Amino acid sequence: MLAVDGLVTEYGPVRAVDGVSIEVPEGSVTAVLGANGAGKTSLLRTISGLIRPTAGTVTFAGEDITSLPVEEIVRRGLAHVPEGRGVIGELTVAENLRLGGLWRRAGAAPVEEIYELFPRLEERRGQPASRLSGGERQMLSIGRALMARPRALLLDEPSLGLAPRLVAQIMGMVRRLADSFGLAVLLVEQNARSALSIADRGVVLSLGRVVADQESSALAADERLRHAYLGF
Amino acid sequence: MTKFIDLTLSGISDGAVYAAVALALVLIWRATRIVNFAQGAMLMITTFIASAVINAGASYVVGFIVALATGLIFGAVVERVLIRPVEDKPPLNAVIVTLGLYTLLVAVAGMIWGNQPRAFPAAFSLQGYKVGGTTLLFAPNDTFIVVVVVVVAILLALLFRRTTLGLQMRAAAFAPEVARLLGARVGRMFTLGWALAAVAGSIAGVLVAPSVFLGPNNFDPILISGFVAAVLGGLDSPPGAVIGGIVLGLALSYVSGYEGSALAPLAALVILVIVLMVRPGGLFSVARERRV
Amino acid sequence: MRRGRSLGRVGESTLLRSLLVIVVVGLLALGLSEVITPYRNTQLATGAYFFAVLAGLTILAGLGGKISLGHGALMAVGAYTVALLVGNEHWPLAGALAAAALVSLVIGIPIGAAASRLHGPYLAGATLALAVGLPALADKFPATFGGENGLVLNPPTPPSWLGSNFSLERWEAWICCAGALVVLFVLYNLVHSGIGRSLRAVRDDSIAASLCGLRVGRTQTFAFMISAGCAGLGGGLLTVVNQLAQPGAFPLQLSLSLLTGVVLGGLGSLTGAAWGAALLVFLPSWTNDLAHSFSLSTQVSFNLPLAIYGVILIGAMLLWPTGIQGGIASLAALVRRRLPASARLRVDSGARPGHR
Repeated sequence: MLAVDGLVTEYGPVRAVDGVSIEVPEGSVTAVLGANGAGKTSLLRTISGLIRPTAGTVTFAGEDITSLPVEEIVRRGLAHVPEGRGVIGELTVAENLRLGGLWRRAGAAPVEEIYELFPRLEERRGQPASRLSGGERQMLSIGRALMARPRALLLDEPSLGLAPRLVAQIMGMVRRLADSFGLAVLLVEQNARSALSIADRGVVLSLGRVVADQESSALAADERLRHAYLGF
Repeated sequence: MTKFIDLTLSGISDGAVYAAVALALVLIWRATRIVNFAQGAMLMITTFIASAVINAGASYVVGFIVALATGLIFGAVVERVLIRPVEDKPPLNAVIVTLGLYTLLVAVAGMIWGNQPRAFPAAFSLQGYKVGGTTLLFAPNDTFIVVVVVVVAILLALLFRRTTLGLQMRAAAFAPEVARLLGARVGRMFTLGWALAAVAGSIAGVLVAPSVFLGPNNFDPILISGFVAAVLGGLDSPPGAVIGGIVLGLALSYVSGYEGSALAPLAALVILVIVLMVRPGGLFSVARERRV
Repeated sequence: MRRGRSLGRVGESTLLRSLLVIVVVGLLALGLSEVITPYRNTQLATGAYFFAVLAGLTILAGLGGKISLGHGALMAVGAYTVALLVGNEHWPLAGALAAAALVSLVIGIPIGAAASRLHGPYLAGATLALAVGLPALADKFPATFGGENGLVLNPPTPPSWLGSNFSLERWEAWICCAGALVVLFVLYNLVHSGIGRSLRAVRDDSIAASLCGLRVGRTQTFAFMISAGCAGLGGGLLTVVNQLAQPGAFPLQLSLSLLTGVVLGGLGSLTGAAWGAALLVFLPSWTNDLAHSFSLSTQVSFNLPLAIYGVILIGAMLLWPTGIQGGIASLAALVRRRLPASARLRVDSGARPGHR
């Protein structure tokens, strides 16, 4: 569904992404792991079109989307939940959700579906999003992405700043979404343990390069790799 | 007492004009985080064009519509060509670009139409209403001014709060990158913001031209008052712009009436400085977050 | 440090370097005023007082990061101070000029304090209001300030030891160049001192700077104060050249043309201020010639300089934000990179790093 081949992204003289190739099939979760500065966020931003790569290709549903602008990529069914959640605080919960489905118009998910998934959001539908807690914001940003009925979902550190129990809930939800909607999920995380617990595959980045690309169970079992790059 | 009523009424009608200019500045600030110092010059040009159309024989209504239409196009073109390149640069660049545009527009207006101020027709009578035995300093044209500005403010509020387009514009203004990730065409939203602001400005120009006369530099005090009104109400707040305009109009009217009109620009400056020192976010702002 | 090796003690001391600079520039100006016509001498004088204002303004805008549209009004303050002190109180010119700088400097303190708390567009708007509002004071108190007609000054007479053939224009050029050299000396030392570094730190990241112990407000107020003093001095010198101080000489357009000069020359660069001064001197006469050769109407030729300023401001920001001096610096860097390594070493030891 989503594939990246030999992707290179540079910020001036710095190579944030250095020849990365990953494949994400439908209905699966691929975790992208690594320390700070490994290039994980840059990878996602390149895929969704916020940054132009200097080399390599991004393919989505069989189409080469490497040089498309962000708006076009999103309209093809690729949703990116950015680092920090990207919830628009000045708008209400309901308005944030509506925004997610806007370009879809007729094809958008009815907002009731999202409220069913996240009942807390329904309780707060009229409130400005700035009043939400961290966990609620994460639900809002995922819910907003789902409004457009995406086929692929890029998640950037959803566990950031959340209590462990909440993290487990969110991770569980991501797994269920991949299974029930057939989403191709690319999950960037620093919390390697919880990411690997729900992922099918794990990719480890270090200084922009892929140093491991294995089934998540194998990755979790490989102690040397875990100690070297994942810190546990 | 009559003097006070007169000053209050004329303050309200002046204030309505300041409110319209303030609305234009606020719209642009909210959309692109830029203060458009060329706003006064832009509305001066559209008013000149309307004047040319009316002098060629068209009716006032046609002239008014022409002003709006040219404003719309003008605002869109300026954003797309001049402002887009500096939107993501340091704010200093945008300030200089808008100041440069102001300088250029005033000069061009002088070249085309000359520097002598000329008259501009009013929509309605400029004779004050007669109440009892006295004539007020408030005329049917002033009622027209206030009504138009209030209608414009309400229409803009409805646009932003109730329509999908307004939602997209607000999202693009508050969080452009996130809006892009949601499929909003942020660039178009910016252009639309500038276009609408220019329309609001053009309306202000046509409304105020009968009393300040039409000349390349005649609208400078209006820009400054509009800016002060916008800051007073909070650059992020359209209703604040309207209220700020009325409050400023009243304040300047009283100063002119009791102390002489030469002091009005300085009074505006003093008000501006006080607001910026005491409540930099404007009277209607919520507390700013701590930056550290 | 390799920096000063080839120039010895002079290279290492900012004070000595600055003295060297002003001696060299002073001698050049002296020689120039000897050989050029009286008309050109007036232009030299004009360029000198514009340099005084622009140098202060470019330091404020470039190093301090603060845009001010009120410096035309500050020039007016200096101008009227000189006109009042020399005309009414019969002060000697040097004292009056110093007073003009001092008065503007003092007025710059509250404005600077306010400016240090305002950012970007807010500051521009407030100084815009100042530029439009302050000259109106002259109308409010016509008795003191002479109203629309302003105050007249007697032309300064050259001292007798210079000889009876010494033209008035040359003397005015000397006076203005002396003022400009004083400004150059002060600002050169400021830029290369700890205060200059503080300014840059505050401009680039005021939060980080204050966390490092820099007094943000005080530093920025100081920068504004100095630039106000320079503007006042420039305004005083303007009065000497024009023998007149009137509100019509300080419209908003003046502040805008000052901004253009600073932007075109290159923000934050003293050499850039010189380029800007040249622009402000030569552009009006150049457009006049253009108007005559194309027989343009007065309407057009009157507004042409302003139109060109507008185009320059827009064009510079869109195409060439670093201005002339920035362009030269980039060119120099390009040339340095192309030199073979050994030659580069020699060039670097003589150049002053980090200097724009």
